[in-house]
Amino acid sequence: MAMLGRTAGGLFWMFRYLERSENTARLLDTGFRIALTGSGSDHAESEWESIVTTAGVRELYLQKFDTFDQAHVINFLLRDRDNPSSILNSIEMARQNARMVRTALSSEVWEATNETWMTLKTALARQVSVKNLADVLTMVRQQSSLVRGALHGTMLRNEIFDFSRIGTFIERADNTARILDVKYYVLLPSAVRVGSSMDNAQWETILRSVSAFRSFRWLNEEETSPRAIAAFLILDKRMPRSLAFCFSKISGNLAYLAEKHPGSLPSLELAQEIHARLKDRDIDAIFDEGLHEFLERAISASARLASTIQDDFRFYG
Amino acid sequence: MTDGRFFDEMSGPGGAARAPYQAYSEWFSGEDPKALLKKSAEAETFFRRIGITFNVYGQTEADERLIPFDIVPRIISAAEWRVLERGIEQRVRAINAFLGDIYHRQEILKSGRLPEHIIAGNEAFLPQMVGVAPPGGVYTHIVGTDLVRTGENEFYVLEDNARTPSGVSYMLENRETMLQMFPELFTRMRVKPVSSYPHELRRSLSESAPPAFTGGKPCLAVLTPGIHNSAYFEHSFLADQMGAELVEASDLRIVDGRVAMRTIRGYKPIDVLYRRVDDAYLDPLNFNPESLLGVPGIMDVYRAGGITIANAPGTGIADDKALYSYMPDIVEFYTGEKAILQNVPTWRCSEEDSLKYVLDNLADLVVKEVHGSGGYGMLVGPAASKKELSDFEAKLRARPGNYIAQPTLALSTVPIMTQKGLAPRHVDLRPFVLVSPKSIYITAGGLTRVALKEGSLVVNSSQGGGTKDTWVLGD
Repeated sequence: MAMLGRTAGGLFWMFRYLERSENTARLLDTGFRIALTGSGSDHAESEWESIVTTAGVRELYLQKFDTFDQAHVINFLLRDRDNPSSILNSIEMARQNARMVRTALSSEVWEATNETWMTLKTALARQVSVKNLADVLTMVRQQSSLVRGALHGTMLRNEIFDFSRIGTFIERADNTARILDVKYYVLLPSAVRVGSSMDNAQWETILRSVSAFRSFRWLNEEETSPRAIAAFLILDKRMPRSLAFCFSKISGNLAYLAEKHPGSLPSLELAQEIHARLKDRDIDAIFDEGLHEFLERAISASARLASTIQDDFRFYG
Repeated sequence: MTDGRFFDEMSGPGGAARAPYQAYSEWFSGEDPKALLKKSAEAETFFRRIGITFNVYGQTEADERLIPFDIVPRIISAAEWRVLERGIEQRVRAINAFLGDIYHRQEILKSGRLPEHIIAGNEAFLPQMVGVAPPGGVYTHIVGTDLVRTGENEFYVLEDNARTPSGVSYMLENRETMLQMFPELFTRMRVKPVSSYPHELRRSLSESAPPAFTGGKPCLAVLTPGIHNSAYFEHSFLADQMGAELVEASDLRIVDGRVAMRTIRGYKPIDVLYRRVDDAYLDPLNFNPESLLGVPGIMDVYRAGGITIANAPGTGIADDKALYSYMPDIVEFYTGEKAILQNVPTWRCSEEDSLKYVLDNLADLVVKEVHGSGGYGMLVGPAASKKELSDFEAKLRARPGNYIAQPTLALSTVPIMTQKGLAPRHVDLRPFVLVSPKSIYITAGGLTRVALKEGSLVVNSSQGGGTKDTWVLGD
């Protein structure tokens, strides 16, 4: 059966929003942990501020609030209707897209998505107390794992799967690049004060916000250096949230789609070009190029890729 | 448990189970009511999880609601069903013949069996369809004939839904739910299956492919107004079950004289479009220039034989309430036989004598708006307050032509499961009929709608109605 452009777009956005809700939950988890351990006590506000910036909603936030205090940030990212990327709105958009493309989903994927929405709508109906925050955030991650599990376990590896994965990885790459970019200054060699607890806390924050604290330790028993962290999150081929991993997956899925596509596929060419810049690169070369500049380029390339995909596959016309 | 004023389909006059319910009744008496109530709650969770909901316009918070499901089946014997089946088939044949006639030679008007003014001033009559021959000669591919019962052998047709009848997904899901909850019942009783409906729908629509269809497998699509439509669940369900595309108007455009859908690799022509949108939103060029919805030019493709639209535009004239009272004549005119199924006696308020009768007896009658649907704008005399009656009287006097009136039928009851055990509630029945140039298929049973409120006669889901699984027993 031929796939509608609108269906492809619906799948893409369904999985982008699901991924976004999970990433936001992880960011909040990390921020909350810092607040609890007091590891950055003087900097609590600036920590919450960088979380809002990473989530890409800084301007929206400032339209409502003047300060980055914990309660406001948590509520804004969790369930504020004025924040289109809040977890509640993301889940609702994911489910709305899922409803639109329901005929393309296995019943397991649909039911998992619907259940996620029902569960979180209830959990987020009221302000979440500090006491319950951890539980709610765990619930968000568990629910999104449920959908992902259903996708992997029950869906044919066809075009439907390709668009679902492309949406996931575009969102994930964007998220990882933002996390690094907001904190890039603590990764610069000039900023290194070896053994400083402040830096250790910051590094840990970065790793935790991509759920990579353990896996990084596993790979780097001895050395915790900004260089190693940056290499891990940007270049590691086996780290499922690294930029290299995400763009390799996107290129792969686009290559499958290209097989049946009449004519050339600009999005595939672009994805391969982005991936080439990450493949077999040395992290020092990236530092030489300028980490901030590199990340900014990655973020804009990813946005360009998303819009090229949208055009190539006629999401909207 | 029945007060005798109404025919109860489960319990006969002495309280003993009627024949079709005997086996069920025996089974039921051996069950623990508490356990049954628990199953009933489980059914609701199941429906909500798979998202069988309908949207309610103008309600933001609880915008997706469940249609309540009752676990006591409505059971019809094989002999009862045979009569209904013949009656429905006769009626649906007559409706298609009538539509072919009214949009071409209009013999029925010439013969004087149907007054011209019924057609002339009627918005449901589409002048754009005059002289247009639908592929295979079929106008209404999918019909939902609403039946009510008042006695052992008394059935009436309440409405012929010949435009876009909905509810078939509930019929199918209700059966699935019953099979899961009470498998043992299906081994005790021989219940005719309904699960082949999506397959029959696919076959029936494929047989209706247009002249432009070039061979192979026809491309089918279901046209939905989108996820906010109250019946969206059903649209996606049917598309899914029959392996058709689910399209919105924005996915479609005219390419090389065909209606085509925008796929990820370009435009692909559609052969048969099962549309679940109203005529007015089908084609802004031909029907409603104000509307931004629809597919500009689709009617031109249709007229040229480039696509089958199911149901055909303009079928609404056949189920128009102004026409309803003429249905027995219409059946006789086109089939040469007396109508097997009865019409409910109907007063046309446009006629002076009838209006007088209706006004004098308002408290005993049901008055309906000629163009209304979903139970809105309707007066149920016996249930109305003095104020409601006088308000309605004013409306009637102001626009008598806008209304028809019928006696309040003593609708049959079937018990539902309540906290206090079985309790009778009024029901109706909507069998679904598929028409292709080659055949007519009728679902064994259909959707039973039940008024959950004690004493209520309104079964519409938008007005607090629920549904039941309907069982037609084998011979």
